[in-house]
Amino acid sequence: MNNLFVFCELDEGRPADVSLELLTRGRSLANTLGCRLEAVVLGSGLDGIENELYPYGVDVVHVGDDPVLEHYRTMPYTSVITGLFRQEQPQIALMGATSTGRDLGPRVSSALHSGLTADCTSLEIGDHYVKKTDSTYKNLLYQIRPAFGGNIIATIINPDHRPQMATVREGVMKRETVNKNYRGELKKIDVSAFIKPEDLAVEIIERHMEARKVDIKSAQIIVSGGYGVGSKENFAMLYELASLLGGEVAASRAAVDAGYAGHERQVGQTGVTVRPKLYIACGISGQIQHTAGMNQSGKIISINNDPMAPINTIADYVINGDVGEVIPKLIKYYKANAR
Amino acid sequence: MNGIKIVVLAKQVPDTRNVGPDAMKADGTVNRSVLPAIFNPEDLNALEQALRIKERYEGVTVTLLTMGPGRAAEIIREGLYRGADSGVLLTDRAFAGSDTLATSYALALAVRSLAPDLVIGGRQAIDGDTAQVGPQVAEKLGWPQVTYAEEMHFEGERLIIRRRLERGVETVSAPLPLVVTVNGTAPACRYRNAKLLMKYKYARTDTELQTESSDYIAASRPVIKITEWGVDAISADPEQLGLSGSPTKVKEIENVILQSKESKRLTASDSDIESLVRELLENHTIG
Repeated sequence: MNNLFVFCELDEGRPADVSLELLTRGRSLANTLGCRLEAVVLGSGLDGIENELYPYGVDVVHVGDDPVLEHYRTMPYTSVITGLFRQEQPQIALMGATSTGRDLGPRVSSALHSGLTADCTSLEIGDHYVKKTDSTYKNLLYQIRPAFGGNIIATIINPDHRPQMATVREGVMKRETVNKNYRGELKKIDVSAFIKPEDLAVEIIERHMEARKVDIKSAQIIVSGGYGVGSKENFAMLYELASLLGGEVAASRAAVDAGYAGHERQVGQTGVTVRPKLYIACGISGQIQHTAGMNQSGKIISINNDPMAPINTIADYVINGDVGEVIPKLIKYYKANAR
Repeated sequence: MNGIKIVVLAKQVPDTRNVGPDAMKADGTVNRSVLPAIFNPEDLNALEQALRIKERYEGVTVTLLTMGPGRAAEIIREGLYRGADSGVLLTDRAFAGSDTLATSYALALAVRSLAPDLVIGGRQAIDGDTAQVGPQVAEKLGWPQVTYAEEMHFEGERLIIRRRLERGVETVSAPLPLVVTVNGTAPACRYRNAKLLMKYKYARTDTELQTESSDYIAASRPVIKITEWGVDAISADPEQLGLSGSPTKVKEIENVILQSKESKRLTASDSDIESLVRELLENHTIG
């Protein structure tokens, strides 16, 4: 009872990266709390799935294996998860901030009347002192996220309600196995006990899932454009430079919102977190929402005509100039000097 | 589906693209009074979906529901100009400081009073990006939800909805009653209609009528009322609202101080750029 639970999503039948990242973080939080780490996997045809999770230090894997759970649907998944959580009383429940997690998380949190914090960039354990009652809540989950235009970082807590729920985007946490021989316990969920007939009211007629076309997370070099790039057409220079350097093109939220680049290229709190060897920020001012997703890059180059752009403070190289002038020069001198 | 009643959930949001340093109050809540306020973009996509259903079928009504301070009546008028039939503003001091769960509680009660067949809202609001309120309202109503909708139409009594997911597209069939949240990838909302603008220009809540100098509202003109509901109108339990009804608390807020690195400052000159490229090649950052 009162353990730390991670809802593990499947991607083509394998545990999704974001879930493995959450297990990694969950393991270390569970160590701090002195509680067990438990995983929940729902789907169909899941034989042996637990063996892919144990190496992350998972003590218990709850598996709900049933044809009605083959593809994610809100209602049956909610019923199983809330039913399980009512039984197991987790103190913390983590989910990926994916299409699935962002649909399931709020539904579960409402059913259990617990708080949910979206898109956390950091999770810690700490105490909370309440002056009014002179009492201290021990070992709460600090759900840390940039808020409101990126001017602040907020620490959110749920003192009185359980589970303390949070979603985290892919790539924010690091992924690391504990021991490939680590073995936990498998528990099968009696799915039919939780699902009501009306949970199946919404039917999937058609699904077209595409393989990931763009993978900025694993790129070693990223050329990233912001609103300051000025247009979709101007992004062509960024693609040219990126392909020359063997990298990928990314974008800030402002650039994505303006239609300069697709959402799959968005770096930041509500996009992807990246840790490339080199990050070239072109016309990006550097609000915390963006820097939260790239500040662990090896080297950062900022190209900006505003010498006071916030991103310059974390850049290794600051080029004060127009993106439209600097990028062609980078291309030219790379071609001239590279072997 | 002829004759259905649709409620569109909408939020007036601070324009997060123009945020200043005084945007937050000491208690960690948003200081809305200093920020320009706009109709949350994805809620406009939601309104468009509702208006399309209204056009296609007979006797469909669209009611805009919003919760917020008095000035949120602005987005109800905006919705009326674009084709909504009526609007309800949920406003009460008791709602202040509500997190998503307490907000959903109040909205769900208001939806119950309006008794619609279909609730449509934007996927998320740009001030919080949580995408929680739609699903939480659905849960409180005990209705199914379909999120990330891009297109929808009826086949018989079921709504066929195309959903845009991170990695693809899914089409589902759902019965009513239902809560749908709409993505920004759905068609943009139509513009204001000149006739509707004339008709609803002076639509006002009771509070607005009492507080505004009413000189410019011609006495001869019948005023169209925007419904205003407080805690009592929806029989809400005050304990479930505001800060006391919110499981999540803001423990701490910190101003962001980026850890400064010693940066090399360069100009856009040819010599600066060439020496940078050479340096990166030499230390194998690029190659």
